[in-house]
Amino acid sequence: MIRLPLVLVFAAVLFSCGVYGVLARRNAVMVLMAIELMLNAVNLNLVAFSASLKDVTGQVFALFVIAVAAAEVGIGLALVILLFRNRASINVDEVDLLKW
Amino acid sequence: MSAQEYAFVVVAVIGSLAALSVVMARNVVHAALFLVIALASVGVTFLLVGAEFVGWTQILIYVGAIVILFLFGLMLTKAPIGRDTLDHQTQNRIVGGIVALLMFLGLASLTLRVWPVGTTVASAPVDGSTGAIGTSLFNDYVLPFEVVSFLLLAALIGAIVLARKDDGSDT
Repeated sequence: MIRLPLVLVFAAVLFSCGVYGVLARRNAVMVLMAIELMLNAVNLNLVAFSASLKDVTGQVFALFVIAVAAAEVGIGLALVILLFRNRASINVDEVDLLKW
Repeated sequence: MSAQEYAFVVVAVIGSLAALSVVMARNVVHAALFLVIALASVGVTFLLVGAEFVGWTQILIYVGAIVILFLFGLMLTKAPIGRDTLDHQTQNRIVGGIVALLMFLGLASLTLRVWPVGTTVASAPVDGSTGAIGTSLFNDYVLPFEVVSFLLLAALIGAIVLARKDDGSDT
């Protein structure tokens, strides 16, 4: 028996850490890691509500989120490696070719 | 508070500190290792809530595969020394810290207003066994499941095409 709001607050902590990481870090790999933290916070909410509502659907959605996150990390790291090969840097502030 | 809830609180504190360390760490390899702790604590939380299958999947996929992928990414993109100082500038830290703090306060106050800790329903263990998940997945969510498999295939091919070295021998 774990009370629902405690899990939700833990998820909020993880999500806020992820937001901070995306905003403050300029290393592209660090930004991807912070995005993983945010996706995990979402999964935590889905599973917590699944347990609270006694419905397995939330867990199925969490599995889908995990699969999509795995695909995202694969593509994201491939892009970062390509970026490093072309620019010799993975600082996201230096990738501003399409910036207005 | 039940024993389960005490265990959850310990795991949640460890996970929160690890998540904070991920985004604050100077060394990116240390950040990846802290990420292991944060993701594993989320996995243990899944197990404590009763979501067995998702919990073990979380530990296998995140801790086993994704963090290794991150470490490979860090290894292959070893940026020249000196650029590390640009990674975590003071101005970005202040803005990011303010936004993240406001977001946490907003989320937490909203959560606690809708589900006050004292009166809310406890999350009893749900049947998160492999059988229950499989039944739901293959009865109600077959089409999304197949779409996800296609997405993974596309991501696999895309990652290979993107990260492959162009040596000119192929088109």
